[in-house]
Amino acid sequence: MSGVAAAAAPLALPKRRRPIVVLLRRAWRLPRTKVGVLLMLLLVGTALIGPFFAPHDPAAFANIPYGKPGGSTPLGTDALGRDVLSRFLWGGRSILGLSTAATAIGLVLGVSIGLVSAYSRGLLDDVLMRIMDVILAFPSIVLALVAVSTVGPKLWLIVLVVGLTTMPRVARVTRGASAEIVERDFVQAAEALGEPRAKLLLGEILPNITSPLMVEASLRLTYAIGLIASLSFLGFGEQPPAADWGLMINENQQGLTIQPWGVLMPVIAIALLTIGTSLIGDGLSRASAGIDRTGGE
Amino acid sequence: MSTVAAGFERARGILPRPRGVWGFVLRRVLLGLLTLFLVSIVVFAATQTLPGDAARAFLGRNATPESLATLRKQLHLNEPVVSQYLHWLGGIFRGDLGNSLTGSQQPVTSVIGARIENSGVLMLIAAVISVPLSIALGAIAARRRDGVFDHTTSIVLLALAALPEFVTAILLVVLLGTSLFHFLPPVSLIPPGGHPWNYPKELVLPVIALVFAVTPYIARIMRASMIEVLESDYVEMARLKGLREQTVLWRHALPNGIAPAIQVIALNLAYLAGGIVVVEFVFAYPGIGSAFVGAVHNRDLPTVQALGILIAAAYVFLNVAADVATILVSPRLRTSLK
Repeated sequence: MSGVAAAAAPLALPKRRRPIVVLLRRAWRLPRTKVGVLLMLLLVGTALIGPFFAPHDPAAFANIPYGKPGGSTPLGTDALGRDVLSRFLWGGRSILGLSTAATAIGLVLGVSIGLVSAYSRGLLDDVLMRIMDVILAFPSIVLALVAVSTVGPKLWLIVLVVGLTTMPRVARVTRGASAEIVERDFVQAAEALGEPRAKLLLGEILPNITSPLMVEASLRLTYAIGLIASLSFLGFGEQPPAADWGLMINENQQGLTIQPWGVLMPVIAIALLTIGTSLIGDGLSRASAGIDRTGGE
Repeated sequence: MSTVAAGFERARGILPRPRGVWGFVLRRVLLGLLTLFLVSIVVFAATQTLPGDAARAFLGRNATPESLATLRKQLHLNEPVVSQYLHWLGGIFRGDLGNSLTGSQQPVTSVIGARIENSGVLMLIAAVISVPLSIALGAIAARRRDGVFDHTTSIVLLALAALPEFVTAILLVVLLGTSLFHFLPPVSLIPPGGHPWNYPKELVLPVIALVFAVTPYIARIMRASMIEVLESDYVEMARLKGLREQTVLWRHALPNGIAPAIQVIALNLAYLAGGIVVVEFVFAYPGIGSAFVGAVHNRDLPTVQALGILIAAAYVFLNVAADVATILVSPRLRTSLK
């Protein structure tokens, strides 16, 4: 009886779901994904809603420099006597905005190049991939710093450079994933029907590689957050008197022994944010590997 | 591994078919040199030809028409771009990288000279510690797969891999250098002319920060590789012969597990070349990385160009070494090239 039921169960055709939904469902079953999402919500929430709860103007002087926590400044003051809590609550917006923008640029460029490369093959493929290799031949931070040295610490430049260094990795993943899709019958059928090239790439091939792209996107976001935070810590991102987590660490590092909160709060925030996104990435990639093993539900 | 194969596959289109292992090595080195040439063009283009004249960038608001003209002449900014580039490239081969724009305007080579040793020592110690450490961590995690050790290291390494280097470095300073314990210097004060190995205490924190930055990746690939090896027939055979588990793990399985990891190891050592930029800055460690950040702050163009190309060259060199080492140690790839 129960044997029949158990044997029949796997035969029941599963409802056809889009692969991306399957991936997200599977990833969500892993505890690490839940923890990652929780951390990310916490930090994104702090960055977006935080400013409404800031007790002081983040650029205004609240007390003596490196003032101890207490009174109207619950986390003390920074190197210039500004309220640490208010600066912390204000300081997450730029890093999140910039790294999301940079990741988006990297994804759009990388996916386009990867798709064109995989579809056209031949010389164009070779040339595009060689260009990607040259960008990968630099440590990303060096490329960013070289550009900053001439143009100056402009935010658009940081976003552009981080986007450009994200691009080759996305392009490689896209090209690898779509190489096999390009050979399939439905692509050739679409070609035979005379579908325009752009529609073919975006309408036929792209929907089939969403899973690896999701995994890659979360990895790239972690990387972009790290790189942009590093650049602003080095003093090449947001410029004073802006409130920014990376910059805050730089400004208050000297006073670490006297008043650690100005460094600790942004350091912990950046740490939890990157750990959160990378837990999500790890959950997605584990879920995606599981789907591959079972032959794609 | 897969990157070697893929790179090889792609490279075949451009260069003639390789003859055996040395043909591959030669081609890989040539590709490396080509990359280096392209890298030099990118560094040059990014610094000398981007909008925003280098002379104006350095002089800033203090610029007078005369000082601008003088500096433009010194930097050859009035010449055509191609001849500027050739002049600069020729200088690299002659060991003349121009003069620093700041301070006493000493030659860039003398600014770099002492710092190369400091950075080299830092990277070397970090490599010597992190490679065996991560290999051991990966091997033990593979041996106790899905056990407590495996799960713990997996989560800890995932977290460490996610953290930007400066965050790890600052947390180390907080934990060991200032707030909680006071036994390590939070800033690496090595006087000019001093050798870093005479200041072991100053090295500890930067080294740990770099070790934390590269260990997770090597340990992870090592674990995956060892799991495969431990399931192989010859390990089964060794066990059936009645060898002790320790002997099987360290003498039989490990050497075979390392081969696929070599690529990742070398790539991560290359990564150290970029990692030193931020880590040295955190500790004010007098090396190439902190000099680079300083030069970017000062808009000191000749120094930025020289250090940019130097770090990129170290990176390219280690990447080539990674591919060559992988091909030399993995019998399967070696024979497939014949």
